[in-house]
Amino acid sequence: MFDLVFWILAVIAVGAALAVVVIRDVFRAALCLILLFFIVAGIYITLHADFLAAVQILVYVGAISILIIVAIMLTRDVWQGSPSGKLRIPAMVVSLLLLGTLAFSAINTPWNVSDVPPLEPTTAAIGINLFGEGGFILPVEIAAVLLLAAVLGAIVLVREK
Amino acid sequence: MAVGLEHYLILSAVLFSIGLYGVLAKRNVVVMLMCIEIMLNAVNITLVAFSRYVVPLLLTGQIFAIFVIVVAAAEAAVGIAIIIAIYRNRESVDVDKFDLMKW
Repeated sequence: MFDLVFWILAVIAVGAALAVVVIRDVFRAALCLILLFFIVAGIYITLHADFLAAVQILVYVGAISILIIVAIMLTRDVWQGSPSGKLRIPAMVVSLLLLGTLAFSAINTPWNVSDVPPLEPTTAAIGINLFGEGGFILPVEIAAVLLLAAVLGAIVLVREK
Repeated sequence: MAVGLEHYLILSAVLFSIGLYGVLAKRNVVVMLMCIEIMLNAVNITLVAFSRYVVPLLLTGQIFAIFVIVVAAAEAAVGIAIIIAIYRNRESVDVDKFDLMKW
């Protein structure tokens, strides 16, 4: 059943990503981006990553999309659209080359796929990995400092002089 | 054919290429930021797919994805602050007009 769900989600995801790039109206592009964030959460569920799906909804759909929409509202050029620049053709060539390289290496590499059924639910295991003995406790603390620095930096940047 | 690791890798490669095209070709800074978010999501799909198919019990890829999400949130906050600061100075969100640091 996950196969059919994957194909549906994959088609919608690629369509939404293309719409973000193609649509000229910035606000509609942002709505397509939010659709893409939801679809990526669904793809996490097909990969048995339930905790990450919830984090994706909370952080991307809840926070980052709101930030982007606020940015669109504050920069009043919203109705001028998002035209492509002079580099459209080279950009297309570069991204198609990258896509070809990535797809070629993904198909031709003999991946060491394991037959073990995936862990479910993952929340407790992720918590033990993040905070437990020999886990990722130092990166967690660095991430906290990074978020604090980002919040302070954003406040300093947009403060009225 | 059952869906396997390669399908997820190719899906994320497609999303990453679309995002790269948007970053290189678009002129509106907000749209460029949105395309960067698409690229980060594509990388996250790759990490979670590797975690699911290569090390299903260790969850290392999912933890990396959590840190990528943290960095993406910080990047979005600072990036949008920079965009708003530049917009106040230049009254534009067109990257072609942001040539302050160009020789």
